Amino acid sequence: MSDAIIDAEGLNLTFETADLPVHALSDVNLKIAKGDFVSLIGPSGCGKTTLLRVIADLEQPTSGKIQVAGVSPETARLNRLYGYCFQAPVLYPWRTVMRNVMLPLELMGMSRGECEERAEKHLALVGLQGFERKFPWQLSGGMQQRASIARALCFDPELMLMDEPFGALDEITRDHLNEQFLRLWQRTGKTVVFVTHSISEAVFLSNKIVVMSPRPGRILKIIDSNLPPDRTLDFRDTTEFLEVAHEVRVALREGHSYDDD
Amino acid sequence: MTTTEVVASNPPSPRLSLLRRAYEGRALPVSIVLVFIIIAWYAGAVYLNSPQVIEQFERKNVEWTMGDLMAESWEMGRPVLPSPHQVAIELYKTTAQQNVTSKRSLIYHAYVTGSATLLGFVLGIILGVSLAVGIVHVLTLERSLLPWIIASQTVPILAIAPMVVVILGNLGYTGIFPKSLISMYLCFFPVVIGMVKGLRSPDPLQMDLMRTYNASQGQVFWKLRLASSVPFLFTSLKVAVAISLVGAIVGELPTGAQAGIGARLLSGSYYGQTVQIWSALVVASLLGMVLVYTVGLTERIVARRMGAKP
Repeated sequence: MSDAIIDAEGLNLTFETADLPVHALSDVNLKIAKGDFVSLIGPSGCGKTTLLRVIADLEQPTSGKIQVAGVSPETARLNRLYGYCFQAPVLYPWRTVMRNVMLPLELMGMSRGECEERAEKHLALVGLQGFERKFPWQLSGGMQQRASIARALCFDPELMLMDEPFGALDEITRDHLNEQFLRLWQRTGKTVVFVTHSISEAVFLSNKIVVMSPRPGRILKIIDSNLPPDRTLDFRDTTEFLEVAHEVRVALREGHSYDDD
Repeated sequence: MTTTEVVASNPPSPRLSLLRRAYEGRALPVSIVLVFIIIAWYAGAVYLNSPQVIEQFERKNVEWTMGDLMAESWEMGRPVLPSPHQVAIELYKTTAQQNVTSKRSLIYHAYVTGSATLLGFVLGIILGVSLAVGIVHVLTLERSLLPWIIASQTVPILAIAPMVVVILGNLGYTGIFPKSLISMYLCFFPVVIGMVKGLRSPDPLQMDLMRTYNASQGQVFWKLRLASSVPFLFTSLKVAVAISLVGAIVGELPTGAQAGIGARLLSGSYYGQTVQIWSALVVASLLGMVLVYTVGLTERIVARRMGAKP
């Protein structure tokens, strides 16, 4: 056992559809170390969400091996080793923001007092103090997504799986949340697997960028970047940042992902 | 200039706002329809009762005018169609002028039917929700039960009701229970259909979220499915409570029941007391309206507590 929290070898996943089988994942090999911030980037249909769902035990691979924190994804899920953020905030509309964040804690059987204490703490962590009693529809899209991050963090999982959590937001809100989330990651030291189709988001946030390509979904290249940890949004205009972004762009182009249709 | 502009530019005086509320709300349109119904009702009474009235005039060999005909057909003792004011007077006599516990009080009869309706409604909700929970969680139940549930509603209730009442009477069950059973039989159906749909309404992501937390089937039910089903449940309940009332009245018809709106309808038709029949009908519709309105009000209160947009 290394310190890899995710270890995938020769992972394949084929969806049987009515006409042709879809190769969502083809021979995926990936190791993610503890404390990494890894972005999965690629065009739509390249299997990045599928890979995330396989790690989360929401999809079953057709073949290949995968371990999450040294155990099978199912065991990891049953032990609640990860927090998952979906593309949409998926807040339950009949619960207040506070009670939405308390949901996983309630399911784990924590006492009401502890649920409230943890929920309050994590809502403050994502800058939502004062909104505890509001219902989801009373919040903006960005605030709803922050609440969903608080919900994923509040039971202190080792691993954060995030599926384009900021994808539906406008660029200004997204930039702001990116910066906040980078600080949050540095403070909490979680391992993050982050799906995105934004090059600048991937480069800004991650220390490892996994470039994927569709038909069949496969990994083209894994780019390590060592950007300074105290980077702010302005850092995106530096040569260092642009070089990494360029490398990602070249890798994406090598996938010929736009030429074949 | 549109209405919204008026509102924006100068806040209306209380009196003006009352007028506007009448104009924009439902009160005015509903009243206008009511006026038309009453006019049509009076006209209908003249049309339906005039043959008898003319016969009387001719038997007595008196001269009559159109005015006489109208006045006479609105005041008959046993009209084919009683006029609205006759029904109104009968209603006044049988409600305000009677002790509520008297057998001559329509409030008493409404209470008898209403209590059977409510018991049947509650039984129907329990049966409907339990069936729905079973159908959503057990595949075998869905395949075996659902066709029977649908078939149950194709049987004409008027045919079953007397048998149910007679059989239960033989077993020693009389009074409110057989009527409630017929109510339940009618009203569990919309509850099952609505609840199955409601319990299945959580979207895939909401279900995935529960899966990532390793939530048990029971937790998914209590914390996700049940809450999601609430809007569907209330839509069903509004239909269910109305047909539950129909069930209770139908249940009173074959028993020769002594009390209840059904009993009033039956005795009215035995003795040709059309005014009595029509006032019982009016009370039945008022009771139905109160029941549906109460369900609607409960729905609004629950929705507000569940954080729905006002």
